[in-house]
Amino acid sequence: MIKKLIALMVLSALGSSAYAAPMAFDFKDPKGVNNAVFKLDAPLEAINGSANGVSGTVTFDPENPGATKGKIVVAAASLHVPNPMMKEHLHGGQWLEVAKHPEITFEAKELKNVKTTGDTTSADVTGTFTIKGVAKEMTAPIKLTYLKGKLGQRVPNLNGDLLVLRSTFTVKRSDFGINPSAPQDKVSDEITVTLSIAGAAAH
Amino acid sequence: MKRVLQILALAVGFAALSFWLTAGAQRGWSKTSTPVKSLDEVTGIEGITYKQGFVPGLDFVAAALLGAGSLVGASLFFRKSTSTSNRNTTTHS
Repeated sequence: MIKKLIALMVLSALGSSAYAAPMAFDFKDPKGVNNAVFKLDAPLEAINGSANGVSGTVTFDPENPGATKGKIVVAAASLHVPNPMMKEHLHGGQWLEVAKHPEITFEAKELKNVKTTGDTTSADVTGTFTIKGVAKEMTAPIKLTYLKGKLGQRVPNLNGDLLVLRSTFTVKRSDFGINPSAPQDKVSDEITVTLSIAGAAAH
Repeated sequence: MKRVLQILALAVGFAALSFWLTAGAQRGWSKTSTPVKSLDEVTGIEGITYKQGFVPGLDFVAAALLGAGSLVGASLFFRKSTSTSNRNTTTHS
């Protein structure tokens, strides 16, 4: 009887801790929808492109969204612009040097100004942004939408939750040594990045 | 020959401009792919894929006009053809 009671207590403790524990969301999207859009708006020409080689893991606790941490990785080689010569330059040595620096990463360390309404949390995320091997601390606005039990609607036969992460922020290419000598009337120094990604946590 | 080259130059320039205008008068560089957006209804994320297809830009128009200019330039190396009747008239006088 005592053994049964202990076993019951252990099970219930495990169950409650599992419920309260933060979940790890995998951002390697099997549907290939995750993307990062980048725009360089120069006086002479706007350059638009996107990247879909997104991966990474974010730990999120619906009971405590402010404790969210994680790392998002974008494969530099997945950056695409519609002009082939421009793409070649973008991937080349003067620009991103993708062969030597294959990953663009953002590692979230802290969330501030956290506001949660229903399933949506908005905050300012501080972390380390790394491009072309240059790492800089930065803060960006972020919106997290927790979709409980929605994984099965995207990936059949899988139960779990989804976490949608959206953020738009600006970085200066000169800060990261991305062809700093390129004329700014042709190629803007400011790069606006819009991240729209979804991660999955299977139960 | 002079006239043929000039007409050809005009045709090249006109065709290039028409193609550029009908393809959306893209003011940047030419593109070999165009983005196609699709909405993921569960997450609300707009996915982006690229469809192969040529979209002419100002570089295409510039190259075509340069080609047309070269044809006009080449036409200057040919003398204007004179008619047989004119030559006969000159000979008799």
